[in-house]
Amino acid sequence: MAATSIWANKMRSFLTMLGIIIGISSVIVLVGIGEGTRKQVQNQIEKLGTNLITVNLTGRRNVGLSNSEIEELKTKPGIKSIAPSLQSSVNLKAGTKTYSTTLEASTPEYSEIRKINVSSGRFITKRDVENRYQVAIVGIDVANELYGTTNVVGQSMQVNGVSFTIIGVLEPQGSSMGGSGDDRIIVPLSTAQRLLKNTEIRTFYIEASSKDEVNNAKGYLELFLSKKFKNDTNSYRVFDQTSLLDTANETSKSMTMMLSGIAAISLIVGGIGIMNIMLVSVIERTREIGIRKAVGAKRRTILVQFLIESAGISCLGGIIGVLVGFLTAHGIKTLLKMPVSISGIVVVGSVTFSVVVGIIFGMYPASKASKLNPIDALRFE
Amino acid sequence: MEESECRALDNKEVNFMAEVFKNSEVIKMTGIGKTYKMGSSEYVALKNIDLTIHKSEFVAIIGPSGAGKTTLMNIIGCLDTPTQGEYILDGINTKCSDNKLAEIRNSKIGFIFQNYNLLPRLSIIENVELPLLYMNIASREIRERALEAIRKVGLEFHIKHKPTELSGGQMQRVAIARALVTKPQILLADEPTGALDSKTGKEILQILKDLNDEGNTIVLITHDMNIASEAKRIITIKDGEIISDVPNEKFYKGVSVCS
Repeated sequence: MAATSIWANKMRSFLTMLGIIIGISSVIVLVGIGEGTRKQVQNQIEKLGTNLITVNLTGRRNVGLSNSEIEELKTKPGIKSIAPSLQSSVNLKAGTKTYSTTLEASTPEYSEIRKINVSSGRFITKRDVENRYQVAIVGIDVANELYGTTNVVGQSMQVNGVSFTIIGVLEPQGSSMGGSGDDRIIVPLSTAQRLLKNTEIRTFYIEASSKDEVNNAKGYLELFLSKKFKNDTNSYRVFDQTSLLDTANETSKSMTMMLSGIAAISLIVGGIGIMNIMLVSVIERTREIGIRKAVGAKRRTILVQFLIESAGISCLGGIIGVLVGFLTAHGIKTLLKMPVSISGIVVVGSVTFSVVVGIIFGMYPASKASKLNPIDALRFE
Repeated sequence: MEESECRALDNKEVNFMAEVFKNSEVIKMTGIGKTYKMGSSEYVALKNIDLTIHKSEFVAIIGPSGAGKTTLMNIIGCLDTPTQGEYILDGINTKCSDNKLAEIRNSKIGFIFQNYNLLPRLSIIENVELPLLYMNIASREIRERALEAIRKVGLEFHIKHKPTELSGGQMQRVAIARALVTKPQILLADEPTGALDSKTGKEILQILKDLNDEGNTIVLITHDMNIASEAKRIITIKDGEIISDVPNEKFYKGVSVCS
């Protein structure tokens, strides 16, 4: 019965559904994007290694760990290796081409700790660091920009005017938080310290010996640093991937919440559309209601009939919305190369929500229909 | 010989007849009145109606427009409730809840309207099935009973059509089938021929007469004396009161009544 009357007013039913369709599909797409981004970030963080601990020294005074302090830390239980790191932006020049990128300076341990490998050539060795060799490993973006090829091992280039030999090319990294991993060069720490006239190292990557040792190692590092900086907890930060993961999750969760909120508002607007059209429908079908009542329909029967109809419209709208959402999400995924992840809970939840919207907003028109006086309804022209 | 057949009934027979007569009461109205409130003024549509209709009667209620015919029909059909008096329909007091009234309309009354009042979106068979949907019966029986009612009005070849594809007379026959399908206590026809030409009007009246011959109780509301004259009992109302209630002489000509 509800189906026939929805079908009889195809155009109108469709326009009524449109609000719900847009609402539901935007929920699917927006939540999908939020969820997809969250998963991608999570993946990247996990790829970096869950044993990784990062120490940032942020104090204003002349800080930094001496070589002997680093060597001392390395012997502590739970700590497997330490890679000090320096970052700076530099200008590159090869032939007539110039390019500016990020320079990252470290020691051989960096490769293992940050899970970074070369696709050709080799990484920094201990000898490079000890002898301050002017060698560099370049990301593929840098290689492409300067030489138009990734086959660049043995080429030389100028970094801030100083000549460097390229000894390796990094494996493609893809973009991650904090910029592209392909758009940088890596040089030995000691070489960079001289090049940049900077001996102050503020970042250390530390690998714990196992995942279970992360907290121990972290606790030890904090103790060590608080002693060194005389309880000034503002001058250093120690964090591991779990806290990074948590932060990323929190951020994307609140983003998803916000997106769902916007989508929920559009669903409510859609619900008001349903109420509107159902009220028109009640007036239009006054006579039908009168006839049904005259032949014995009870108030409840009429109420249920109209409720089923509005719930049907919104449910159908919800289902179409899910399909549209799926297609849009797929389009975004393939065309814009954005990560989209649609979970079953969101689909079921949004269809359920749309039915609830239909029932809530259908309640008033349905109750109005059920209370019509049959005599007046029959006389209605 | 005829004289000897005409004798007074004895007590036992009188009691028996009275009992039968009483049990066959379908409509019993006592002191029915209906007053409409229009702002501060009141409009009396019906006053002090006493009316009893027995099973298998064919009653025409006639009167000029504004006399209260429609109000009376609405009350008989349980579409409206009186403001005074008592109305017993088939032994049930109609002073009851909205739901109960819907049930009474469903099972005891079959409406036949001047403008047919069919649902245009439903097919003929679906229109006839409509009252049965509000009863608690199996869908197979619904179809069977609807077909039976449609056969009775001779429209079994049109069951899949929509009402708009039919002529006025055919639509009214569908309406009669819909009224019959629940096997109601009374068929309540409000100007059933009002929208039809005289020839089809006569056909519809013939159907009603045939139904009455089969034992159905029929109450016909009209303003047309020609149509009323087909009924066996004619009640005239004017200004909300019954001014006459007589058997139709046409049917009782030549019937001698013992005095």
